[in-house]
Amino acid sequence: MEMFYGAMQYREPGVLLWRGFTLQEFANQCFGNKFDNGKGRQMPIHYGSTKHNYFTVASTVGTQIPHAVGAAYALKMEERDACTVTYFGDGGTSTGDFHAALNFAAVMEVPVIFICRNNGWAISTPSADQFRSDGIVVRGQAYGVHSIRVDGNDALAMYNAVNEARTMAIGEQKPILIEALTYRAGHHSTSDDSTKYRPGDEIEWWRMAQDPVTRFRKWIEMKGWWSAEAESEFRSSVRKQVLNAIQVAEKVEKPPIKELFTDVYDFPPPNLCEQEASLREAIRRHPQDYPPDFLM
Amino acid sequence: MWGIIRQRVACRSIPASILEQSLQRIPIRPVGYALRNYSSTAKEMTVRDALNSALDEEMSADPKVFLMGEEVGEYQGAYKISKGLLEKYGPDRVIDTPITEAGFTGIGVGAAYYGLKPVVEFMTFNFSMQAIDHIINSAAKSNYMSAGQISVPIVFRGPNGAAAGVGAQHSQCYAAWFGSCPGLKVLTPYSSEDARGLLKAAIRDPDPVVFLENELLYGESFPVSAEALDSSFSLPIGKAKIEREGKDVTITAFSKMVGYALQAAEILANEGISAEVINLRSIRPLDRLTINASVRKTNRLVTVEEGFPQHGVGAEICASILEESFEYLDAPVERIAGADVPMPYAANLERMAVPQVEDIVRAAKRTCYRSGSMAATA
Repeated sequence: MEMFYGAMQYREPGVLLWRGFTLQEFANQCFGNKFDNGKGRQMPIHYGSTKHNYFTVASTVGTQIPHAVGAAYALKMEERDACTVTYFGDGGTSTGDFHAALNFAAVMEVPVIFICRNNGWAISTPSADQFRSDGIVVRGQAYGVHSIRVDGNDALAMYNAVNEARTMAIGEQKPILIEALTYRAGHHSTSDDSTKYRPGDEIEWWRMAQDPVTRFRKWIEMKGWWSAEAESEFRSSVRKQVLNAIQVAEKVEKPPIKELFTDVYDFPPPNLCEQEASLREAIRRHPQDYPPDFLM
Repeated sequence: MWGIIRQRVACRSIPASILEQSLQRIPIRPVGYALRNYSSTAKEMTVRDALNSALDEEMSADPKVFLMGEEVGEYQGAYKISKGLLEKYGPDRVIDTPITEAGFTGIGVGAAYYGLKPVVEFMTFNFSMQAIDHIINSAAKSNYMSAGQISVPIVFRGPNGAAAGVGAQHSQCYAAWFGSCPGLKVLTPYSSEDARGLLKAAIRDPDPVVFLENELLYGESFPVSAEALDSSFSLPIGKAKIEREGKDVTITAFSKMVGYALQAAEILANEGISAEVINLRSIRPLDRLTINASVRKTNRLVTVEEGFPQHGVGAEICASILEESFEYLDAPVERIAGADVPMPYAANLERMAVPQVEDIVRAAKRTCYRSGSMAATA
């Protein structure tokens, strides 16, 4: 059975979607409602699912890289037919954790695939200000990790590279680094306006000429497996599903109060039990001071 | 006592805390103190051997437990705590790491996410600052932030606090920093029995544990009971130990300072002051119940720690007493802590920068209104 453990950054919802996380589950996490399997503890897009072997996303940049190496070490110790995979951006490779992780992975000889999405931008920092090395692939080499640079906008090339990497990682118990060259056509996030720090025509060019989805679509259309009608139908259907998921998630209540206090430790400590009791008592006595839809 | 009638404060409108309720159920113990209580003791053991045997037994009992750190393998441990373990368990389970605290801590946490039980050694906790993001953000908070999906059964251990003549960058105490973080458990063993019982409990615990040892205690020998030598032995996390019972003043301490507090108690006994010495054993969770019960009995408190005074462990204990047992105090709380300076190297200056037994004695006397001067002098 195919197995992997993923330590992700935050641009990998595609991976989670592929592994079976539903659109509704994504929406529930973003709204932090009572169906969120993250119990409303995290900011949007910090997904996680033990069921899908996807470690909950953390905000701290680059920390997932050594985590993936540690989990890979565990897989190696247990002689599992599996590897771990971790994603990070060009900016993430400047963190101390990146260097430590690659070094350790090489020394400990563990089955981990490092995938660097080099999209040229870390918020407003272009890669020329991030590093002066020849991209990320030479860094992997420097640490003694087998590394490859791939056109990140070519879906087939990426598929083949990762497939091969997985075989090598598990079969030879060694780390692999894949540098996927691409471009961040969108803004860093919804609070960013990237036209403030880069030329609009640069963004347009990449969006028009190099969009990986467009490239893949042209290929499958050429093969006769897809058509413009299918495309239009599919887009419309998925858009409806996403909007529906959002609408549903928005209406669901927030998590109950007890989830404020659970999971700090494996077993709730007395001081938190006491605080929860005290909070419930306060709500009971002064209901007018608390929102009416507070779930007990 | 001083003939002051203790008034119960009028009932507050909010129901009494659980701590308050528990305290009301504890009867005041009869006057008198006992020497340290041992069952049947023939064997003595150094703290070093206690830690080594605890690691050995837990690694033997559970194949998921492994040790990682600088010099833990071939060198037998920077302080020989892991002596013999590489030979017995092999390089898969005793890993000598490159000099990257942030790296191997992150890797340990990743292995714990998967389900192994790493014991990560810091050569001293001063170096844990390189890795503190992983300890706090990747380990302590993960169970909560993943809504219980990721538990982190990891132990971070190593020497903490001042050694002797190692200067400022090797002498800081981290009990207060780690003790303030929810999601962590923080332990501070003193004796060999503490070391064995608490390390075993820490390794078995599903939560991340910071285990603060003390380099100067490694070589000290303590009697150990037969029960403590058993491989299934463990001590409960979150329970302090009353090392010496007393009735006039409560002295709280942890790690090396417990020894100093006991010496101070001897001196005080000769001057007619009966001190109760509490070995905290656990900084988080702090055993507020035991400390408050003791202060309600003695009405006076001296807290002792090696670390910096501001935001220290003593500050938290003080706050707990004020919140729970204010009306029982007959004197202001005295905090003994290290000097508010980076630790100097020169032996005479270093001596002045850490608490000494005399400081504890003088503080206890001040709480008993028995000293001439109010100022702490060197």
